[in-house]
Amino acid sequence: MADGSTMVIGAGSAKASASRRVGSLKKLARRRSTTALLLCAPLIVLIVGLKVYPTFYAIFLSMLDRKMEHFVGLNNFVYLLNRPSFQLVIFQSCLFAITAVVMKATLGFILAHLMHNIRGKNQRIWRGLLLVPWVIPLSLSTLSWWWLFDPSYSAFNWTLNWFGFESIPFLGTTWNARIAVIVVNTWFGAPFFMIMYLAALKSVPEQLYEAAAIDGATAWQKLIYITLPMMRNIILITVLYSLIVTFADFDIVRILTNGGPQDSTHLFATYAFNVGIESGNIPRGASVSLFMFPILATLAFFVLRDVLKRSKEIST
Amino acid sequence: MSQVSIRKIVKEYEGDVQAVKGIDLEIDDHEFVVLVGPSGCGKSTTLRMIAGLEEITSGEIWIDGDVVNDVPPKDRDIAMVFQNYALYPHMSVFENMAFGLKLRKLPKDEIKRRVDDAARMLDIEMLLDRKPKALSGGQRQRVAMGRAIVRNPKVFLFDEPLSNLDAKLRVQMRTEIKKVHQLVPTTTVYVTHDQVEAMTLADRVVVMNHGVIEQVGTPNDLYHSPATKFVAGFIGSPAMNFIPCQLEQAAGALRLRLSDKLSFPVPADRTARYTSHAGKAGLVLGLRPEHIAETRPHTEPNQHDFDMMIDVDEPMGMETLVYFTIAGAGICGRVNPNAGATAGQSMKLRADLSNMHLIDDGTGKVL
Repeated sequence: MADGSTMVIGAGSAKASASRRVGSLKKLARRRSTTALLLCAPLIVLIVGLKVYPTFYAIFLSMLDRKMEHFVGLNNFVYLLNRPSFQLVIFQSCLFAITAVVMKATLGFILAHLMHNIRGKNQRIWRGLLLVPWVIPLSLSTLSWWWLFDPSYSAFNWTLNWFGFESIPFLGTTWNARIAVIVVNTWFGAPFFMIMYLAALKSVPEQLYEAAAIDGATAWQKLIYITLPMMRNIILITVLYSLIVTFADFDIVRILTNGGPQDSTHLFATYAFNVGIESGNIPRGASVSLFMFPILATLAFFVLRDVLKRSKEIST
Repeated sequence: MSQVSIRKIVKEYEGDVQAVKGIDLEIDDHEFVVLVGPSGCGKSTTLRMIAGLEEITSGEIWIDGDVVNDVPPKDRDIAMVFQNYALYPHMSVFENMAFGLKLRKLPKDEIKRRVDDAARMLDIEMLLDRKPKALSGGQRQRVAMGRAIVRNPKVFLFDEPLSNLDAKLRVQMRTEIKKVHQLVPTTTVYVTHDQVEAMTLADRVVVMNHGVIEQVGTPNDLYHSPATKFVAGFIGSPAMNFIPCQLEQAAGALRLRLSDKLSFPVPADRTARYTSHAGKAGLVLGLRPEHIAETRPHTEPNQHDFDMMIDVDEPMGMETLVYFTIAGAGICGRVNPNAGATAGQSMKLRADLSNMHLIDDGTGKVL
């Protein structure tokens, strides 16, 4: 009887320690941070696999020589900076990105105001129609633009001829081609700005405009003193985001001009592809693609810091 | 000199919904007029039409001798305080108050002087550098008032300015508003749904219902001589009791019959006025709770005692509210806390009919 009870006690304690182990696992699973981590894990794996790893690999590659055998430090970057053709890429990238973003933001801002003043059902219809450029796959719509810009058979030149004007080589001369890629990028990107600004406009309380009207503000003054300050954060974030995406643009230039004429429309991405894949100098291509990173990262840091400060100030 | 004159204004929304149905109102210089009524009665719409924030469907609004129907808000020389303050969140308190003056291109030192004066009056001098987010509800309300005061406009418009504040602060700000109006006696139109606010602030109260004006009068006029059943029931808290009754004529005297067992003689001074209504159906006796009290040894004319079973008693400290039923109608009376009112027990009460109202339930008019 005494033995039996000892055994029972022994078995019981073994069970207890097993259940304690299960219990602590359960507790771990029940901890909110664990659950959060588990739910985020697929995304983290994706980001590490598709963003972090390639970034570090690109940094590593950019410091190798052409045969990828010797470490050369920052030589690739120094070499690129001294090459006139790459200086042209820097100029064209900045011209393209800054002009296109300014135009997209301005056009989006105007369109958002027009939309905002259309009442009722019609607004939904127009909004849907104006979003079309942004929804069509960019490479397909760029192909259509390429057709429109064609020197001999295009709709644009046909129309010009019909009115008695000479054909224009839209993609044939340096500045025409530069303007053409900016126009296509603006056409594609403006709807995004429109939809963001429309949302921002809708979130400005109507009473602020009423108070301003009573305070004596004209429509222009309402725009300057109420609308713009209230939309400042959205404007900053969309411009920053768009600047990053536009600097990294590839499709439009690749399809429309393929960098030509005479490499005058190359952007970082198309030039990196040209140097790295087409000419087979992968390390140099990697250094081209990394070029904008420090500048954009610094810009992003300051813009986001300002946005955070402002949103803390304004939110009620 | 800044009178506001509203002549037959109508506001019609799409689908023929009339929010305001042709109202007339004359507001004198320096007067404090409160528009009061339940939600949806058209009071805010009327105010917004005066401000120029809503178009007028028909009729005319005059400010200071000019028709302003087609004058934009900025040129009407009015200032408005909104329900949720509508302070510009990205501007400091100073900038909020100075905004209207800046747009009117006043010299900088004049702007500063006016803002400082208003800030001192409203006791918000130490808040001038803060953003609205860092202010409490009451402080935001003061800033909104300051923004109106610095403009020195012809007319102040208030759109339910206290309804976002808690009860205690509301009472405090009510007094502040009254004080400010005594210091700066600008013509004021004030909208509220709270009849206590209306009574305490107004020189004249305008009671609105379903887009029409029910009655215009001083707070005491409205309280003691309501023109309609709506006004009688809306003004006063607890609300006036309405008891269905019959007017009986017997041997040259009029009696109000409330139930089989309960009837009172009509006060002598009202007999002539009421005689023609004897025997009419749909009459209602209106009697305020303070005119139903406990019985006392000394009886004045027109006071009548009756016994009642108390359903509920609510001690309030300085008085006790008692609730009982006469012929299916719930009645409230106000008795002395020491009168021994207890729920479930019978009590001797006294009705004072010298302040009674006889109402025709069909037309809603007080007879």
